[in-house]
Amino acid sequence: MSFSLQNWYDKMQSENVLFAHKGTITSDLITNVLDTVEHKLEEAHEVSKIKRKVYNVLVEALQNLYHHIDVPPDGEYDNQFAIFILSKENQGEYKISTGNFVRKNKTKLLKDRLEQLNFLSKEELKGLYKMILNNEEFSEKGGGGLGMIDIARKTGNKFGFNFQNVDKEYFFFSLDVLISK
Amino acid sequence: MEPISIKGTPKTPDVNFDLEAGLVEIKGRSIPENSIEFYKPLVDWLEAYKEKPQSKTIVNIQLEYFNTSSSKCILDVFKKLEEIYVQLDEDGVVINWYYEEDDEDMYEAGEDYQTILKIPFTMIEMEE
Repeated sequence: MSFSLQNWYDKMQSENVLFAHKGTITSDLITNVLDTVEHKLEEAHEVSKIKRKVYNVLVEALQNLYHHIDVPPDGEYDNQFAIFILSKENQGEYKISTGNFVRKNKTKLLKDRLEQLNFLSKEELKGLYKMILNNEEFSEKGGGGLGMIDIARKTGNKFGFNFQNVDKEYFFFSLDVLISK
Repeated sequence: MEPISIKGTPKTPDVNFDLEAGLVEIKGRSIPENSIEFYKPLVDWLEAYKEKPQSKTIVNIQLEYFNTSSSKCILDVFKKLEEIYVQLDEDGVVINWYYEEDDEDMYEAGEDYQTILKIPFTMIEMEE
């Protein structure tokens, strides 16, 4: 069966969703989402430690999309098209899921990178972060994947990810990040 | 040299750079998409300040959130301060890194910078 973005998106929707977006990722959208989510976490009287982690991870996840997503396949979608969903899970942990199109030739690099990060210990992640931070060659856009390393450090959890074949040129890449209590 | 005084926005911090007082302050949130645009004038100001710094410069960094895009720029700010630090007597530049009492991530971020730089940090815990 071929991949249906709508089915995937619908399946992700549940009553536990705090925020869901399907469409263009702009700077203003990010500002609004952060503001809305911050208010929701306040209203839910979430402890400040978790609130801060959710906020931090959300910033990095959204700005990763903003800076790095590939132009999607022709036709249906805007250039800055992506999906993201913030939900609260049964054990009280938060889940941030993102989805975007990636060109086939980038999937291996991305997969290797995520597998590497999933494999590293807390101390190794810290060392890698500092090495990249202190390396002049990487740009302020977060070259070297500083954003992903930061997410891995702050959550202490492994990334869940999946690539689904869309057509000859594209995969749909989904990423799950858990913020535990 | 004109002081820099910038009011914070939802994505950028309050900034107060004052030559007369020898004061360098960044407070609030630093999560812009384009951090270089925001931080370049600050780094340029410090480059000019380096020519004739006060005998004592107090640096207060009190961030609630900062993104990885800012982390690089904040390091650039610290590196300029480090250049000033090495040309002055000991304690010529004092860096105060503020963090909320239960914010281990912000404490650790201060530690990360400290191990990269030659200037000692004073870690200051704030009660919520």
